[in-house]
Amino acid sequence: MNELMHKLLFLPPQASTLAPKIDNLHYFVITVTMAASVLTGLLTFFFFFKYRARREGQSTPIVLPSVKFEIAVIGVPLFFFLLWFVQGFQDYIWYTTPPKNTMDVYVMGKKWMWKFAYAGGGPNAIGTLHVPADRPVRLLMTSRDVLHSFYVPDFRIKQDVLPGRYTETWFEATKPGRYQILCAEYCGTWHSQMWGEVVVMPGAEFDAWMVEQKAGLAERVDTGGDDGGNMRGTIVEYGKKIAMTEGCLRCHSLDGQPHIGPTWLDLYQRRETLESGESVIADEAYLTDSMIDPRAKVVKGFKPVMPTYKGRLAAPEAAALVEFIKSLRSTSLENLPSKEATYEPAKPTTQRR
Amino acid sequence: MSQPSQQPSADSPAVYPAVNYLNADRGVKSWFLTLDHKRIAVMYLASVLVMFLVGGIFAMAIRLELLTPEPTIMGANTYNRMFTLHGVVMIFLFMIPAIPGVFGNFCMPLMLGAKDVAFPKLNLLSLYLYWTGAILAISAMAMGGLDTGWTFYAPYSTTTPTTVFPALLGVFILGFSSILTGLNFIVTIHTLRAPGLTWMRMQLFVWAIYATSIIQVLATPVIGLTVMLAGIEKVGGFGLFDATKGGDPVLFQHFFWFYSHPAVYIMVLPSMGVVSDAIAAVARKNVFGYKMIAYSSLGIAFVGFFAWGHHMFVSGQSPFDNGAFAVISMFVGVFTAIKVFNWVGTLYRGAIAVNTMFVYVCGFLFFVVFGGMTGIAVATVSLDVHWHDTYFVVAHFHFIMVGAVIMGFLIAIHYWFPKMFGKKFHEGWGMVAASFIVLGFIATFVPQFFLGNAGMPRRYYMYPERFQAWNVASTAGSSLLAFGFVIIAIYLIYALLRGEIAGDNPWQSRGIEWLTTSPPDKHNFPKPIVVTQDPHSYQKPGEEVEHVVI
Amino acid sequence: MSSSDGHPSHTAHHHPNLAGHFDTIQQQDYAARLGMWLFLGTEVLLFAGLFLGYTVYRHFYHETFHHCSRALDIKLGTINTLVLITSSLSVALAYWCVKVGKRTWAIGALVFTILCAAGFLCIKYLEYSHKFHVGELPGKWFRAEELMQFPAANMYFTIYFLTTGLHAFHVIVGMSVLIWVMKGIIKGRYNPDYYVPVELGALYWHLVDLVWIFLFPLLYLI
Repeated sequence: MNELMHKLLFLPPQASTLAPKIDNLHYFVITVTMAASVLTGLLTFFFFFKYRARREGQSTPIVLPSVKFEIAVIGVPLFFFLLWFVQGFQDYIWYTTPPKNTMDVYVMGKKWMWKFAYAGGGPNAIGTLHVPADRPVRLLMTSRDVLHSFYVPDFRIKQDVLPGRYTETWFEATKPGRYQILCAEYCGTWHSQMWGEVVVMPGAEFDAWMVEQKAGLAERVDTGGDDGGNMRGTIVEYGKKIAMTEGCLRCHSLDGQPHIGPTWLDLYQRRETLESGESVIADEAYLTDSMIDPRAKVVKGFKPVMPTYKGRLAAPEAAALVEFIKSLRSTSLENLPSKEATYEPAKPTTQRR
Repeated sequence: MSQPSQQPSADSPAVYPAVNYLNADRGVKSWFLTLDHKRIAVMYLASVLVMFLVGGIFAMAIRLELLTPEPTIMGANTYNRMFTLHGVVMIFLFMIPAIPGVFGNFCMPLMLGAKDVAFPKLNLLSLYLYWTGAILAISAMAMGGLDTGWTFYAPYSTTTPTTVFPALLGVFILGFSSILTGLNFIVTIHTLRAPGLTWMRMQLFVWAIYATSIIQVLATPVIGLTVMLAGIEKVGGFGLFDATKGGDPVLFQHFFWFYSHPAVYIMVLPSMGVVSDAIAAVARKNVFGYKMIAYSSLGIAFVGFFAWGHHMFVSGQSPFDNGAFAVISMFVGVFTAIKVFNWVGTLYRGAIAVNTMFVYVCGFLFFVVFGGMTGIAVATVSLDVHWHDTYFVVAHFHFIMVGAVIMGFLIAIHYWFPKMFGKKFHEGWGMVAASFIVLGFIATFVPQFFLGNAGMPRRYYMYPERFQAWNVASTAGSSLLAFGFVIIAIYLIYALLRGEIAGDNPWQSRGIEWLTTSPPDKHNFPKPIVVTQDPHSYQKPGEEVEHVVI
Repeated sequence: MSSSDGHPSHTAHHHPNLAGHFDTIQQQDYAARLGMWLFLGTEVLLFAGLFLGYTVYRHFYHETFHHCSRALDIKLGTINTLVLITSSLSVALAYWCVKVGKRTWAIGALVFTILCAAGFLCIKYLEYSHKFHVGELPGKWFRAEELMQFPAANMYFTIYFLTTGLHAFHVIVGMSVLIWVMKGIIKGRYNPDYYVPVELGALYWHLVDLVWIFLFPLLYLI
């Protein structure tokens, strides 16, 4: 029965402990909805045929509802609606009450990617979250910029991700596999590409994987589901590797020398003057835009010869490049000589008006 | 309500009055400076139809783009502007003003036996404010358009570089148009009812307009404030909704939905009022449960103010809030259920005519039940966790906005077209178009329920491949729907120019608006109206009438 | 539905201000009053949103709001409150004067009201310019050093400027309405036979005053 309804309604696989609860209530609600609408439609048609006008100026009786009828008409729908409210709210409270023994993961949403960090230590990741099956996982989520929403259809979970606040959700995956994460709150140009993946592994396999990740050199860090993995090191190292393989370093130097394109050393947050005379700050948005549409905002003094990487870089790869560029600072604190702390006296308070 | 002596008999020829409100005064100034509610209604009609066309073009662009999971005919930024403008134009420039602005203006004073609305100059001002808002919205489009979605959620709307401010200003001004219209209608209904026209003798369309006007007056100031705050934050950096300055983005959502949830009742109540009047006319019968329908309109208006948080179940709102808003939403749903029972009950033992309106009524009833109950479904908190911001919600609200409201609008056009313009349209083509519309609608939006179930989020420019089949089906359906509208446009324009003369009361309806010529005289009624009968009563005077109680 | 003898009921004389679509001047006046009260209702809802914003942020940043409100000048706020309350009295007197035919007194009372409104705006200007000077400004413009220690101090001034700014805008609108009403009294359009527009103008002014009565304690006193 569950299978049949599941197929008829095109629901995604039930891959969490929440999914069957949601689906069962869904079947109940949607069946009554369909029945009520079809019944209304059929009754309308039936009345049309039975009571169609047969004569010009035909008269009709005055038909009025009795009090019993009025009460039934109010009571029956209200009964169903409140029944669904009770069951739905119960399931909702279950959904918003994580069990005590959850594994916590910090999630950060930003345009247009998801970043994950294990609270108990483990490899950071962009776009892919590894979790064990049959163990509850709690997500503590925040946003770096605008509203996003963390949605895994197969788990039936969704929670908005807010700047300046942490929101939480939890799930317990029941079947090993790969499940898509979709952003469900409009957040700009690539909202519809802000995808990720939850990789559910059987418990023992997850534990082994975690040990391997934590032990010394991180051998494998998944940074995206689509390119099959095999990337090494941290995201900054990944970004450097992409810069080499995608040909960026043919035009952009890393040591401060302007070449065919502006140097990447100290590029991040640098104020650049464009050909048009405007100035921009080279922040994440500018850097990403320059990869997608390099001719739009060309820095003054350089020719518009950069090819577009639209379609050639997946979102996580672009993110890795940005992180790599951010890491190229000549004034990184490790390199500066130490100075003594200085103190300035506080300014006198102004007169209150 | 009509004495036989005041009605032409079935044999006498239909008359088109040589002098009527359309030609009584001539010249452009006599239209643009008119104080006649009927002329204002006609100008609203032309305007909203243009905006419907614009919004419809955006809709077709969206559906074409969604034919493939990859970029199809436009870039991501363009697509994001398309769905934003589709929403803004359809909601603020069509759905909210259409039925009140056109049929509320034209028919409501006639249904009260009045000579005009209470404040005719304010009425004209409302129309000008509508045009101003429309021009601002169009200039926002011309300046590149905005990509925030019609919901303008902060902080995206306050930080995106697209042209948001003119659109916000346009919505602000449109809000004033809506408030003044609502205010005008409330005062009209209170003060200008004809002698003998008690509240319980008013036609149900008037009750619906009254309830709508109450919502317009109370809710619209809040959206005015909201867009004003968003606009100030965008250009002034005030940070009311900006977390980095201590602000709260969820507060924006509360402000926004406090208006926008009652706004959906501003859209749907007038259309339900149209259906109440039209069903009585089509079935030639008293309305079953008149009081229930009248009071349920007020119930929707009142309780609808407290349900807004059901748009925010996963926003980070507390579980207590979620529970409260959910249970209140269940109560609002009951009022609509009451109406549906009463509409179907009106058909029982009626004398139902075979005509275009009836096809739309059938569609309307099916869509309002399905759409309304899927609304109850998404109001069930746990289910909404899965469905929020997916195509399930899109399908639900289009079932109500198109399936109920636009069906209602089409019923209104077909019902009152003869009254407004004195001509009849071709019923055969009417029924053909109605079939295209009903079937095209089903083909467009039912697939979207499945898309939502399967997990496709809304406002998606590119989507995972597994969603493609239903998207193609939906786009195919939308072409049928569009085709239906094209047919309607053709035969209505033809009817305007070359249609058969309709006469005072081609539907033999008992509404007071049918007691004058078609088109009506500039001053509405030749003789003042005094009301002595119940509304929607189809008995011949002196006739023995069977009373049935269910 | 039958029509009676076919003649609309006439009042003894056709009132000069009666519009064509109303039957009697009483009906028209009632409609005008109802319309005005509805409009005042919409104004209340407009400000209600801002009061809600104030409540929410006061709840989040209790201590900050407490300290920032100390930065406002209670003396000037109190003077403004007294000015507005007095102007409400004078506008009510103006209305009564028109009703009983004391035209000159009515005009005088309205002039006094308008001057009070102008005085209110002048004091507001003094307050605003001080805030600009010390940097007690909303959002990204905030730079008042002594208050920076409080979290989200800028939010207090955002709320302050939004509420008092919207209120000041309504003071200006109210002044314009009163000037227009005054013109009507001078021209003799409003007189003991027809004074509903004066009543409506006074009602609007009372609303403007009432909003301030709520703003003053919330911003200055607590």
